[in-house]
Amino acid sequence: MSTKALNPHAQARTQQRGAASLVGSFSKHATLIVIMAVWIVPILGLLISSFRTPADINETGWWKALIPPYRFTLENYQSVLERGNMAQAFINSILVTVPVTLIVLFVAAVAGFVFARWNFKGRELIFVLILALLSVPLQMTLVPILKLFSSWGIVGTFPAVWIAHSGFGLPFAIYLMRNFFAGIPEDIFESASIDGATDLQSFWKIGIPLAAPALAVVGVFQFMWVWNDLLVSLIFLGGAPDVAPLTVAVSSLLNSRGEGWEVHTAAAFILMIVPIIVFFALQRYFVRGLTAGAVKS
Amino acid sequence: MSPLLTALIAGVSIPIGILLYLLAGEALLKKAGTSGGRTIRVALWLAPALVLLTLTLVYPLLSTIILSFKDARGETFVALANYVDIFTRSETLIAVRNNLLWILVYTVFVTAIGLVVATLSDRVGYEKLVRTIVVLPTAISFVGAGVIWSFMYAYEPPGLPQTGTVNALLTGLLPSADPIAWLADKTTVNGALIFIGLWMSVGLASVILSAAIKSVPWDTIEAARIDGANESRIFRSIILPQIAPSVVVVMTMMAVNALKIFDIIYVLTNGNYNSEVLATLMYSEMFAARNYGTASAFAVVLLLALVPILIMNVKSFREQSS
Repeated sequence: MSTKALNPHAQARTQQRGAASLVGSFSKHATLIVIMAVWIVPILGLLISSFRTPADINETGWWKALIPPYRFTLENYQSVLERGNMAQAFINSILVTVPVTLIVLFVAAVAGFVFARWNFKGRELIFVLILALLSVPLQMTLVPILKLFSSWGIVGTFPAVWIAHSGFGLPFAIYLMRNFFAGIPEDIFESASIDGATDLQSFWKIGIPLAAPALAVVGVFQFMWVWNDLLVSLIFLGGAPDVAPLTVAVSSLLNSRGEGWEVHTAAAFILMIVPIIVFFALQRYFVRGLTAGAVKS
Repeated sequence: MSPLLTALIAGVSIPIGILLYLLAGEALLKKAGTSGGRTIRVALWLAPALVLLTLTLVYPLLSTIILSFKDARGETFVALANYVDIFTRSETLIAVRNNLLWILVYTVFVTAIGLVVATLSDRVGYEKLVRTIVVLPTAISFVGAGVIWSFMYAYEPPGLPQTGTVNALLTGLLPSADPIAWLADKTTVNGALIFIGLWMSVGLASVILSAAIKSVPWDTIEAARIDGANESRIFRSIILPQIAPSVVVVMTMMAVNALKIFDIIYVLTNGNYNSEVLATLMYSEMFAARNYGTASAFAVVLLLALVPILIMNVKSFREQSS
């Protein structure tokens, strides 16, 4: 990532000045500012509204809150959190997300390592098939899996979502891990095997530590997908308060009649806060993952 | 046991469990003698991934294809009756039209705006800020985005103060205009939904395209500038040809998204006001009408539409790796 001082494109741009480039410069900044405004205003509006009183939300737009006298309140958050199952739903989200992320990370690391480093019959065919699975629309897999899981009697329990989410996340994770391991120079592993390292040792002691950045990318993405997912949880866990994660709890709150905007805004923000924190903390990995996924789809 | 402790235990036990599995495999291989060890080891190491993939993707895929030739409860074989059924419904035509609309409008605009953001932000000092703001919606769930945008599009009858940002802007800038019920009007609903799709996807497009733009050799641009080319000429003749592969990647990704589009519509309109697409029809056949036959037929149609893109992806992967 180039900083401002190091970016030759930006530098050269400031060197040339002329009447034409002043107009160009103005329209450039204007375009970017309009785009930034359109992208940030929806989030800002929701955030500000979530601190307004129900009467204010229903009578005036959120921008009126920016004009003194200020009348912000924490009531909306209180009333959402008092609904009891929100804290439980938050914990349930962690119980769904953490194990899935770890399963995907390690299973994909092992598989990616095999595809990148070992030659075996059918390697390319199997890998291409896994790549093809990236295009399968999720909704079409739901009924067969649901039938299978109900015959096992695990619908409505955490293992059901762990298995489903892990399978859905694997193609992308394997693809990314394989590309990463394929980029590690061969001689690092060769010298280890000359020193008598077994396959397992060279995977666990050399491969995994070297793959830390790739594991971070896969981990961040998997975490976001699972945390933000509604459909899979809705179908395999259902809405029972002892298992329902945050997305399910919030969306049932949104669908219930008689709830005002004030509850919606606060609930939505509670739902968004963890991914947004993860996003800001790990933005570097997040952006890297988006680029690495370029050949995905 | 506290749930957090459970998560922690899962967090430690999963990596250890996988390591133990591999260790046990090694021990077995040693016991059996090492002849042909690599082949068995490949099978052993790939097994967890392949089992999970078969269970959650391959098996359901095949099962869906078979179900699409069976009746509503998946019992008797009905040949092509489900396909005839879905293609003689008027809502299927609307869904196909909407999917095409999504593919066209969403794909073109995501790529175009992504290109504008990537090109312009490369030339300003606040690039990081632009990128952070534009990528932020990528981290937001569809449920969250649903609340955000139903709030943005909120509608009050004419004369009342508009609390929705879009209608407030509309009536503020054009006092003669009436507010529009964006998500409950057949003429605006698809545009309003596609705009939400844009808002959620441009970040991804701009990150990929900006990585491509940064890899364009600076001296080719400088040489053109010395020859007197202006900025738009440089963009068209120097930058665009060099980033063309990335543009194609972005457009393919977005076309796949547009074809599979589901969550935005499910959360905001549930397919009402002529906003349904193939995926939402499939979902309501499955969980509202409980007709597995027609639901599977919709799924297979969707899958067939994806095949050309899938073949393209596999081809480009082969070219890359060779």
